[in-house]
Amino acid sequence: MKALEISNLKKTYASGVEALKGISMSVEEGDFYALLGPNGAGKSTTIGIVSSLVTKTDGQVSIFGTDIDLDFPEAKRKLGVVAQEINFSPFEKVLDIVVTQSGFYGIPKKIAMDRAEEVLHKLGLWEKKDLQARTLSGGLKRRLMIAKSLIHHPKLLILDEPTAGVDIELRRGMWDFIKDLNKKGTTVILTTHYLEEAEQLCKNIAIIDKGVIVENTSMKELLKKLDMQTFILDLGSDLDGPLNFNEYIVNQVDPTTLRLALNKNQSLNDFFMLLSNQNIQVKSMRNEANRLEELFLQIIKNEHEQ
Amino acid sequence: MSNRARELLWSLITLAEREIRRYLRIWVQTLVPPAVTMSLYFVIFGSLIGPRIGSMNGVDYIQFMIPGLIMMSVITNSYSNVVSSFFGVKFQRSIEELLVSPMPPFIILLGFIIGGVSRGILVGIVVYLVSLFFYPDFSIHNIPLTITVLILTSILFSLMGFINAVFADSFDDISVVPTFVLTPLIYLGGVFYSISILPDIWQKISLINPMLYVVNTFREGMLGISDIDVTSALFMQLFFIIILTISCLYLLKSGKGTRQ
Repeated sequence: MKALEISNLKKTYASGVEALKGISMSVEEGDFYALLGPNGAGKSTTIGIVSSLVTKTDGQVSIFGTDIDLDFPEAKRKLGVVAQEINFSPFEKVLDIVVTQSGFYGIPKKIAMDRAEEVLHKLGLWEKKDLQARTLSGGLKRRLMIAKSLIHHPKLLILDEPTAGVDIELRRGMWDFIKDLNKKGTTVILTTHYLEEAEQLCKNIAIIDKGVIVENTSMKELLKKLDMQTFILDLGSDLDGPLNFNEYIVNQVDPTTLRLALNKNQSLNDFFMLLSNQNIQVKSMRNEANRLEELFLQIIKNEHEQ
Repeated sequence: MSNRARELLWSLITLAEREIRRYLRIWVQTLVPPAVTMSLYFVIFGSLIGPRIGSMNGVDYIQFMIPGLIMMSVITNSYSNVVSSFFGVKFQRSIEELLVSPMPPFIILLGFIIGGVSRGILVGIVVYLVSLFFYPDFSIHNIPLTITVLILTSILFSLMGFINAVFADSFDDISVVPTFVLTPLIYLGGVFYSISILPDIWQKISLINPMLYVVNTFREGMLGISDIDVTSALFMQLFFIIILTISCLYLLKSGKGTRQ
């Protein structure tokens, strides 16, 4: 079943800005889906329309088969949204915020209290339940946003740049939590500027630019399109004397570091053999830049040139 | 009760509870100021100047003032509660919590109106209790009419506050109407005087002031005296409540001021 189906979605703001020019996309149930694009591409507008924060100009949106024009309340029950900006009252207590949000979904207080306790424990917020939200750190506020969005047990969770400004430890903890949710069956759609995370977490991806979807495929297929990858190799000892790298493009960064640019027809194994034959030991290796980031920039650049 | 009806009821209870909790949490800013301000009115105009004025429409001046001052507090508090609360949720973006939920527009409106009405009535009771301190012999002439006008007035001005908040883009926008429209109309709407003491032309001009009808219907309930026809004034209030309710629901449904 399709968790989300968008067809010919258009949005023109009152200012005349055409934010979406008729996009179509679908997300399968259980997917972990990335929606990427530069600032102002139309990601947040798309999410806003799906979650009813933005009114659409034209097109159809269905959430688990429910058309938002025909039965928005039913569609909303299946949807949880973690907005980009903090959107709770800073003067309310953490527990009150979560319980109140569940009340808005018509969940009786007793059940809401049990659910709030469960979700706040899972997100490490239970100890802070009696604090005013304004006293929380940036990372904990983000967690509270996630707690709030999960209180009605949505089948589809949309996260709009949820880790912006969150330190790496908290960010990883949040992703472990979201990955676990996805494993248990919640469909997740994510927009992020940390492309490395999208690459690691998401199975499928759409790239949107200037209100148009420019790429919509699986992460694996997309990464296959990468022509060239750059690796940094840390060597076991200093290099001395002239070396033979054949057809490989190699730069020596310092006496113990090489930068290798590998195209998709070349093999890493062959390169390692070449080094081994010259008694060069490689201690460790890493991508110079994130692969998805390179592709993303390439796709956006191509679109802008057309 | 169907599941949907139960869901709506819980949503309404949650929102109304949050609205009431909001103004009770800041009771020093919401409930105490009307008591202090009205005490000053009673001291200055009731106890000090009032005896020199004598009677107004056959009752002591302080007694004449009591319904007007209660109404003044009810109007300003029900209006300001809704305008500040709804603009606040827009400003803090917590309106998104409401918009992403399955709550229909009429429940959202009702939740905010319950907040405004309850604060208006609570402040009305506080001011009435303060007035008893200055005029202990005060007794209410027609309790059902008094309660009816109290409820209708707080609903009417809560709805007006809601519309103001929908269109407001800044804090200036939510203070312009109370300062430059509501307050002058209230002061000129018969809170402190009967329009019978005005020259003919000003009596006629006063009749276009909607506050005159609100204040006088309430005074009819509390004292049994009025400058206008109470029945038609009540119908007029009811008519405006219906018009404003339809307008508020239309605004919420269309997303004006709330959705992009």
